[in-house]
Amino acid sequence: MIAVKQIHKSFGEHQVLKGIDATFYHGKTNLIIGQSGSGKTVFLKSLVGLHEIDQGEIEYNGQALGSLNTKERKSLRTEMGMVFQGNALFDSLTIEENVTFALSMFSGMSVSEKRDRAQFCLERVNLPNVGSKFPSELSGGMQKRVAIARAISMNPKYLFCDEPNSGLDPKTAIVIDKLLQEITEEFGMTTVINTHDMNSVIEIGDHIIFIKEGKKAWQGTGEDILDTESPEIVDFVYSSELFKRIRRNKA
Amino acid sequence: MLFQKWILSLGRYMQLLGRTFRKPENFRMYYRAFMSDLELLGLNSLGIVSVISIFVGAVVTIQTAFNLDDPLVPDYYIAIATRESIILEFSPTIISLILAGKVGSNIASTLGSMRVSEQIDALEVMGVNPASYLIAPKILALVFFNPILIMLSMFLGMIGGYLASLGGVMSVEDFAYGLTVDFNAYHVSYAIMKTFVFAFLIVSISGYFGFYVKGGAIEVGVNATKAVVSSSVAIIVSNYILTQLLLV
Ligand SMILES: Nc1ncnc2c1ncn2[C@@H]1O[C@H](COP(=O)(O)OP(=O)(O)OP(=O)(O)O)[C@@H](O)[C@H]1O
Ligand SMILES: [Mg+2]
Repeated sequence: MIAVKQIHKSFGEHQVLKGIDATFYHGKTNLIIGQSGSGKTVFLKSLVGLHEIDQGEIEYNGQALGSLNTKERKSLRTEMGMVFQGNALFDSLTIEENVTFALSMFSGMSVSEKRDRAQFCLERVNLPNVGSKFPSELSGGMQKRVAIARAISMNPKYLFCDEPNSGLDPKTAIVIDKLLQEITEEFGMTTVINTHDMNSVIEIGDHIIFIKEGKKAWQGTGEDILDTESPEIVDFVYSSELFKRIRRNKA
Repeated sequence: MLFQKWILSLGRYMQLLGRTFRKPENFRMYYRAFMSDLELLGLNSLGIVSVISIFVGAVVTIQTAFNLDDPLVPDYYIAIATRESIILEFSPTIISLILAGKVGSNIASTLGSMRVSEQIDALEVMGVNPASYLIAPKILALVFFNPILIMLSMFLGMIGGYLASLGGVMSVEDFAYGLTVDFNAYHVSYAIMKTFVFAFLIVSISGYFGFYVKGGAIEVGVNATKAVVSSSVAIIVSNYILTQLLLV
């Protein structure tokens, strides 16, 4: 479980997060939604400690992130997997080396065990047979899926994904969504996903937080979100023609 | 204001060094990084170091011969002067300056692009200490290999002088004799000690500029330039200090 208490984060004069509370339970797919520039990435990076927050507290199973020493923080991080918005693949390593990097560093697995694990993770994201290629030889969507395979290679307890299905076609996007939801339930992970894909929101959103202007403007589930009358949500969700039609049909 | 900024940078540099020398998460992975850095930073510099050393050795010999054109000074003094300038200054300092350009810009731009593409953040989130994993093997690789490069450079510099003497500036016998006369092995030790320090400065300073890049491609370029300039200045200043300490 991750508990976020009143976190604030500014860059110079620019206040990005202005006091956000949230609780993310294990085995649940938690989604952060909000407009581009609303601070989703900053929020996610603050959760994992890549941004030092100015105020507030982030607790992992009751342990405040800020109170951990370097060693404790490192050991917590071996339980985290993260997919960056820009993938952040190691471009000098092959796909297989990317996926097995953390295993090589921390697991003591043999070469063949690591290879099997990489194969398994890559197959789960629908990417067999690319292990020996380099990231620059793959398409954007393929790179994204490699990033997901890398994030789940260690069976993390906490999985953070920054727009895992942006740049994917609708079919692959659904495969990835389903995968994230499946492994979250299967391994009891605490998963936090940034997205603005409304389809994911409805399909896999166990718990949704809507960030607007640095504050939490709404929270609920994927089912609630279509029915809520909250004006901010209505404005956000029903901005596309498709969803406007769905709303009209429902009414 | 400028002074304040400088002190702040120095503080951050020391802090980065503190983060660099921590216990590795996995020795085998660090060893692998060390081996590939050895190739990238060391072996790949053999060519340029060899070419420069031979030519500069030849030129130093010719110029010294030209300047010592005095019937009262025996010709083998030319070889002594060549030998001493190569051992004391040319090989350790000038070659290190060239390496600061070659290796320093490489390190700063590699780390800088890893920073802006969030690869360093990715390492951090995995629980790897990026400063240590990315910088320590490079420091060890160059500190280990720089002395080898410098000794090679000394040897080839003298070969260059020998070739110049073959070309007719002076007699080959006098040159060969001059190389061995009054030879002081401490001068070589002094040079090697300098190269350890220079190698450390090149990698740690360039690593610092690469590691803390903020922004994008332009900043990576700007910081690579800063890395070369700062490590060159650091080499020149520490060269003076070390010479005071070790030779006077
Ligand atoms: N390192 C930084 N330095 C300064 N400002 C930043 C930094 N990172 C983010 N910001 C600012 O924080 C705000 C939120 O950015 P963030 O990347 O979190 O948006 P986002 O919700 O993830 O948007 P998107 O959906 O487009 O990815 C933006 O106004 C951005 O300019
Ligand atoms: Mg973002």
